[in-house]
Amino acid sequence: MSKKVTFKIFRFDPDKDKKPCFKKYTFEVKKGMTVLDGLFHILRTMDGSIAFRSSCREGVCGSCAIHIGGKYRLACETQIAGLGRTIVIRPLGHMPIIKDLIVDMTAFWNKYRQIKPYLMPGDPDPKSRERVQTEDERKKVDVLIDCILCGSCTASCSVSATNPDYIGPAAMMKANRFIQDSRDNAVEERLRIAATENGAFRCHTIFSCQYVCPKDLNPQASIAQLQELALKRAFGKLE
Amino acid sequence: MKYHQVLVIGGGLAGMRAAIACNQNNIKVGLLSKVHPVRSHSVSAQGGINAALGNNERGGTDSPMRHAFDTIKGSDYLADQDAVVKFLEAAPKRIYEMENWGCPFSRTIEGKIAQRPFGGAGFPRTCYAADRTGMYLIQTLWEQICKYMQTSMREEMVIYDEWIVLKLVIEKKKVVGAVAWNLKDGQLETFKADAVIMATGGIGRIYSNTSNALTNTGMGMSLAYWAGVQLKDMEFVQFHPTTLKGNNCLMTEGCRGEGGYLVNDKGERFLKNYPDSAVAMEIAPRDIVSRNIWREVIAGRGINGEDYVYLDLRHLGMEKIMSKLPGIRDIAMNFVGVDPITQPIPVQPGHHYTMGGIDTDKNAATETEGLYAAGECACVSVHGANRLGGNSLLETIVFGAIAGESAVEYIDKGGKTGDVGKTLEGAKKEVIGKIDNLFHSKGKEDPAPIREELQKTMAKNAFIFRNEKDLKSAHTQIQALRERYKQIKIMHTSSLRFNQDLMWNLELEGDLDIAEAIVLGALERKESRGSQFRDDYPKRDDEKFLHHSMFEYTPNGAKLGKKKVTLGHFEPKERKY
Repeated sequence: MSKKVTFKIFRFDPDKDKKPCFKKYTFEVKKGMTVLDGLFHILRTMDGSIAFRSSCREGVCGSCAIHIGGKYRLACETQIAGLGRTIVIRPLGHMPIIKDLIVDMTAFWNKYRQIKPYLMPGDPDPKSRERVQTEDERKKVDVLIDCILCGSCTASCSVSATNPDYIGPAAMMKANRFIQDSRDNAVEERLRIAATENGAFRCHTIFSCQYVCPKDLNPQASIAQLQELALKRAFGKLE
Repeated sequence: MKYHQVLVIGGGLAGMRAAIACNQNNIKVGLLSKVHPVRSHSVSAQGGINAALGNNERGGTDSPMRHAFDTIKGSDYLADQDAVVKFLEAAPKRIYEMENWGCPFSRTIEGKIAQRPFGGAGFPRTCYAADRTGMYLIQTLWEQICKYMQTSMREEMVIYDEWIVLKLVIEKKKVVGAVAWNLKDGQLETFKADAVIMATGGIGRIYSNTSNALTNTGMGMSLAYWAGVQLKDMEFVQFHPTTLKGNNCLMTEGCRGEGGYLVNDKGERFLKNYPDSAVAMEIAPRDIVSRNIWREVIAGRGINGEDYVYLDLRHLGMEKIMSKLPGIRDIAMNFVGVDPITQPIPVQPGHHYTMGGIDTDKNAATETEGLYAAGECACVSVHGANRLGGNSLLETIVFGAIAGESAVEYIDKGGKTGDVGKTLEGAKKEVIGKIDNLFHSKGKEDPAPIREELQKTMAKNAFIFRNEKDLKSAHTQIQALRERYKQIKIMHTSSLRFNQDLMWNLELEGDLDIAEAIVLGALERKESRGSQFRDDYPKRDDEKFLHHSMFEYTPNGAKLGKKKVTLGHFEPKERKY
């Protein structure tokens, strides 16, 4: 059975608009249609001027995180059915708008780079073999490595919204991903960067990052781990 | 005008690896990518990446030559054997490199990189990181790029994300640069380069039933094709046996490698009824499994008589599914509401990969001076008529590195682009003219149905089973669509900033030309080999067709030619599993 739905979409083109507005698009929904399918339907048949990001359409590339019906979600894996007759769609929050649903993520990527997001093993690469890692050691990075860098957590975080220097949940989970990796040997340096007044200790434990994460990850748990390690380090108890 | 010694077009695994190779050699490199590199389609690769490491308990005597044999046999003897040997000898080194750089591979009990069985392989040699191997690899390369963007030890490496190249510029058979569009601010810019590396990936979106990302249009390969570079073996298109019914998301071959079953409407593991899959069953190569699924569907034994079968993982148990195939479970639950722990997954064959692409040699070099290509957009050929699962991720990092090193060598030996300011400005004017024409078009054609009709035609007439009548009809339809394309009218004509209406419809032109090449190649090849199965010519014909097909662009359509296949290690034999 088909039914009609209305997308109420945030629109802003800095080249011509003085201020943003919401525009309504009403169309027929087919079975299995996702929010991303709906956006493409609008782009191709109703309004070619709309802009939004997309790539893999299966929830692994992190392109299409936007605010849909009250929550940050990936447009590609969100079914329209069940979201009600009018769905309000907005871009990721607290980031400059490039156009419509596309935001400038430069600050997000700068934070990511700030925490040195790469393995620092402290010894030369063996090259002709792997660095041995037991299954249990490998399990410690499980889940932490699944972040697709979509920015939902950062957009939902009230500290990120108000403090431009705050490293933010995604970058801190990344830092913890390397700390927990048995092959990495730079815990001191990582804590010096991530467990600071603008890092782990600035978190207000509101848990919005965990609430919105479309991959069901828990950046807040990583932040807590960073705090714990930093305290151990301060008291000389770091292993 | 911007200038980089090497310009890489495409930011997936091959493109990033090529850029890293240039950077390691202190060559100034710029990388242009339509999406941020971590959003590239490489991210969707699931099951793994092959190398003869012998880490699996059943992999003890595996070797690069055995891997080469499987690859060549899998290619139905159309791969160039010298290139395959070079490819697979480099495999272990490149995998260890990715591990050393931090890729979180799953592990064996001894703590080595874990390997699982994959189709067409004599040994379990597919290294994996759960079922998100591509995503972890791409993040690992992106991490390395971030690392070296931050140091002053090496030359500049500039990433232009959300820039789309609209024209590749070749002057007197030497590549000189490109014209690109910065989507974020809508400006067009010219790039001068001494060498250019194409790494634009596949073209899946010309099929309606593809596992590929939305970004994979015919535009990437067309950039080279339009500029006069030949394409090769375009008729060879891989159909993956198990894509999710409906939206065709990939359900990794790892599902079968881990022991999953394929069953028909009668609940029967039907692969046993076909001689070419009776022994290997679910881990027969992709072309064979896809054909046999489709034969079941044609015979009315699809589930409820429809166009799909079941991929049953239930007997693997919750623990194995959660630890080795968690991504598959997510996708099945999100898109069809099926939990593989308790229900079988509805799957059907769908477009997955193009073996064909930009003609290169084993050094990733094209016949155009200074121009290289790597990854899915290239055709070396190491996959011949059918690619083995797990070899495409490998191709991206092996040939990405080779392309980068070849470009470096070219520049070290004095390869240089002179004063081409005027040429590039001319090329930019052409691009502006093309956009102006679209903006002021008096035509009445809506481009959306053109794209849809093209995708449906390809999925129907250039699918698993092909014949002269269907292919000819497809060719006629594509010709008609190309005529209609000349009259298209787009909706958004007032600005270039993220003008996605314009972007997708510029890419549509590439879709049409690549589709035409595929159909013409399939028509010309009157034999069945690897992924190409002709109902009217069901046998392989080495006497007439043991050669590569070549495609040269002309405004009236592709001009076809031939090129010799390099043998030398393994004599072509009948392919049995």
